[in-house]
Amino acid sequence: MRQIDPDFLALPLRRLADAALQRARDLGAEHASFRLERVRAETLRLFDARLEGSSDADDLGFAVRVIKDGTWGFASGIELTPEAAARAAEEAVRVAAVSAPINREPVGLAPEPVYDDVTWVSAYDVDPFDVPLADKAALLAEWSSGPLGRADHVSASLMQVKEQKFYADSAGTVTTQQRVRLHPVVTAMKTDGDRFDDMRTLAPPVGRGYEYLTGAGWDFPAELAELPDLLDEKLKAPSVEAGRYDLVVDPSNLWLTIHESIGHATELDRALGYEAAYAGTSFATFDQLGSLHYGSPVMNVTGDRTVEHGLATVGWDDEGVAGQSFDIVREGTLVGYQLDRRMALLKGLGRSNGCAFADSPGHVPIQRMANVSLQPAPDGPSTEELISRVERGVYILGDKSWSIDMQRYNFQFTGQRFYRIENGRLAGQLRDVAYQATTTDFWRSMEAVGGPGTYVLGGAFNCGKGQPGQVAPVSHGAPAALFRGVRILNTVQEGGK
Amino acid sequence: MSDHSSDGVSGGVATPQETVERALALSEADGCVVIVDEGSTANLRFAGNTLTTNGVARSSRLTVISVVGAGVGVVSRSAVRDGQLADVVAAADRAAREARPSEDARPLVGMDGVGTDAVGTEAAGWDRPVEPTSIDVFGEFAPALGEAFAAADTSGRRLYGFAEHIVTSTFVGSSTGLRLRHDQPTGRLELNAKSADLARSAWTGVATRDFADVDVAALDATLTRRLDWAKRRIDLEPGRYETILPPTAVSDLMIYLYWSSGARDAADGRTVFSRPGGGTRVGERLSPHPISLYSDPAHAGIACTPFVVAHSSGREQSVFDNGLPLGRTEWISDGTLANLVQTRHSAELTGLAATPQIDNLVMEGPAGGRSLEEMVASTERGLLLTCLWYIREVDPQSLLLTGLTRDGVYLVENGEVVGEVNNFRFNESPVDLLGRLTEVGASLPTLPREWGDWFNRAVMPPVRVPDFNMSTVSQAS
Repeated sequence: MRQIDPDFLALPLRRLADAALQRARDLGAEHASFRLERVRAETLRLFDARLEGSSDADDLGFAVRVIKDGTWGFASGIELTPEAAARAAEEAVRVAAVSAPINREPVGLAPEPVYDDVTWVSAYDVDPFDVPLADKAALLAEWSSGPLGRADHVSASLMQVKEQKFYADSAGTVTTQQRVRLHPVVTAMKTDGDRFDDMRTLAPPVGRGYEYLTGAGWDFPAELAELPDLLDEKLKAPSVEAGRYDLVVDPSNLWLTIHESIGHATELDRALGYEAAYAGTSFATFDQLGSLHYGSPVMNVTGDRTVEHGLATVGWDDEGVAGQSFDIVREGTLVGYQLDRRMALLKGLGRSNGCAFADSPGHVPIQRMANVSLQPAPDGPSTEELISRVERGVYILGDKSWSIDMQRYNFQFTGQRFYRIENGRLAGQLRDVAYQATTTDFWRSMEAVGGPGTYVLGGAFNCGKGQPGQVAPVSHGAPAALFRGVRILNTVQEGGK
Repeated sequence: MSDHSSDGVSGGVATPQETVERALALSEADGCVVIVDEGSTANLRFAGNTLTTNGVARSSRLTVISVVGAGVGVVSRSAVRDGQLADVVAAADRAAREARPSEDARPLVGMDGVGTDAVGTEAAGWDRPVEPTSIDVFGEFAPALGEAFAAADTSGRRLYGFAEHIVTSTFVGSSTGLRLRHDQPTGRLELNAKSADLARSAWTGVATRDFADVDVAALDATLTRRLDWAKRRIDLEPGRYETILPPTAVSDLMIYLYWSSGARDAADGRTVFSRPGGGTRVGERLSPHPISLYSDPAHAGIACTPFVVAHSSGREQSVFDNGLPLGRTEWISDGTLANLVQTRHSAELTGLAATPQIDNLVMEGPAGGRSLEEMVASTERGLLLTCLWYIREVDPQSLLLTGLTRDGVYLVENGEVVGEVNNFRFNESPVDLLGRLTEVGASLPTLPREWGDWFNRAVMPPVRVPDFNMSTVSQAS
């Protein structure tokens, strides 16, 4: 079991929290929370096996959030002294005072048990920040050479983050957490006549340590060895004929469709309009909870803040709520939303399911995504069996371009690789493919989901939401799945006149 | 729970100028660049005629770039106290000693190389203290917003939006003598009005440097008029339509084009600006119109940093270029691709001028361009957009982008708006659009709807496209 780094624990966590919370109480705040966090991020970028750039940055500071006269107030600071923490509390109360005259909806919070001085560390073996930069660059250079030397160019990158958070609130909860995540990506590029194209690794970002790059959870050498031939085939592949096709979608592609059309659509803040002017609202409005026919009966979706190696996995969220697992869609029907404490109380839903998150000490926690995953069928088919059920279709792997409207209806996705399916068998790659559908049409057309053997936990490092903009890491598990009669576009024709 | 140390931090906090000098003195590398970014923000967010979140925040970031031979080490830390400074500098020096040679390595820029009046002026202000923003920046704006909420309540509308003010003071010092400073205020208001049933939606937004010029009542009146337009609903099928794009929509497309104009990627054959067979398309005509797309740090109203600030090296920037003076740069001149984004290194590779990226963008058409209202008045039948959203690249070879219309698409017939049309998903390339425009209107300062979080200094014209590709209908409202 890993421990929280001593240098983080050596910061004056409790002393600053006490100063801020006491000052907030003295000024009459109904509720106050203090969060001190350090987010360290290192990025390496190589091009053609040469280090192109690297950065090693951290973000250290604290935040005080209060409710005063039913209005939020927030302030953050960077000077780690009790005096500065108390001043931030005063400033947060002042922000609430300035804001109160234009607040017409008093803020309250759903109840949550008190957690007194508890800690949590994510599941990883090797802290990537303990590995010398030169060693990481050497590994990426090795990956960029070898079989990939056949490509015209190869880019490789590695993003690593260590996030440490201390949280304390006026109810008495005190939590300390540390988690690590990383994302390696290798992309091969090639030109063939007037065409150029690229193809990148399907390895997902993970809540693991450096062991991910050396054999735990993914076979990078095997994947890298396949890329050159796959890219050659893609460059020579025929352009797709636009029309309706049956699709078998690999989890390496489906995770992003889940993220956009289910994950964001079932955020209650969106459904209630809090995100309306920015990322948008949701077609899955609150009045449809328990009745919306979201998808076919084989569709079961959960939100989960507890799954091992998940990018959104935490012990407690940024409002002191314990990580939980909960249903969002059950047998095709909308049965749950992602919540924070304010919204849980506002809609009479009892307890929050722990989806408050802030990406830095300078930002307010907002409702962010749990690991939202499509569940496999316990005795479901393999990917090959799903493909065997298709007479004329397309098999899609890997994510690339994505776009969805502001109520999460109309979407368009592309991918890394597309294979023609003819009479139940793969019949070579296709190019220029995008699939376009409406969320409910798409998920209602899902005829079958694969078994546990097809399930992969994909995800993203940088899901954007909120104003000021925040990024959050999130994983999405998915099995392979079979969809009937989905519209396929030819992207070259779309761009033509 | 108990503290694990009596303090855990040591030392006071120096001024940014002192931090630069001390860090440079501590470095044992061959060369060193130090960047200090002091930031402050204040924001208000609202939905359904009430406030949802608000806050103020401060930030301080030190970036040390050490150079040993051709190796470079970059370490960036926030909230660095005096007692930690030596560790940060030592880490950057160590990283530089251990680094492989950087291919973009060039002599660091010195004041001798800077030497322009513009940058000299920046340097002259070096010693001034940082003046952060605060919640007080909304002192007059917040009451006006409250009045707009009250008016919206009365008339059965709901207001949603966000107001933000950021001040960033950037200090760049180097072992070659650079002492450059720039203070950048950045503000914006986004205002979205919906009917009570949320079926009708209208949006507007403005970029501002200080909120003194934001007229909430006037913006709200524009939204009210647009919601009135939407009382008549007209359903249209997907297809290619004559479409008038307002400046905000044009800015979102042109910013993507600008972001895609890296010279190295073009020279490597990876972008729409790659010439088949090798090289770039610089010098190629992209539009039959005398369109100009340029950046200028001194452009009135959208002034931005007049020298390079690069916290890390990448395809389109180099830490070795820190301090390089920036001036007006034509990306498209008289309809012809004139320049791509270059570092000194990529400029040598491509044989073109070193033209680093700049944090504003202006598009202009022929003199005498008409206003948006005049363009609508002269339209027999066409669509008038409000803005574009969720823009993503589908095909880099053509720079085909997809995205959606949002917050109002209106049908214009015989010079009048006759109602609101359903939303659409589009698939279009901004490069291709430049060749198909039939009219370029008068340029105005505008707030990019989608990219305003990252890029909000833009001056753009409305444009007319005879055949904008509305690929499918979006049900979203």
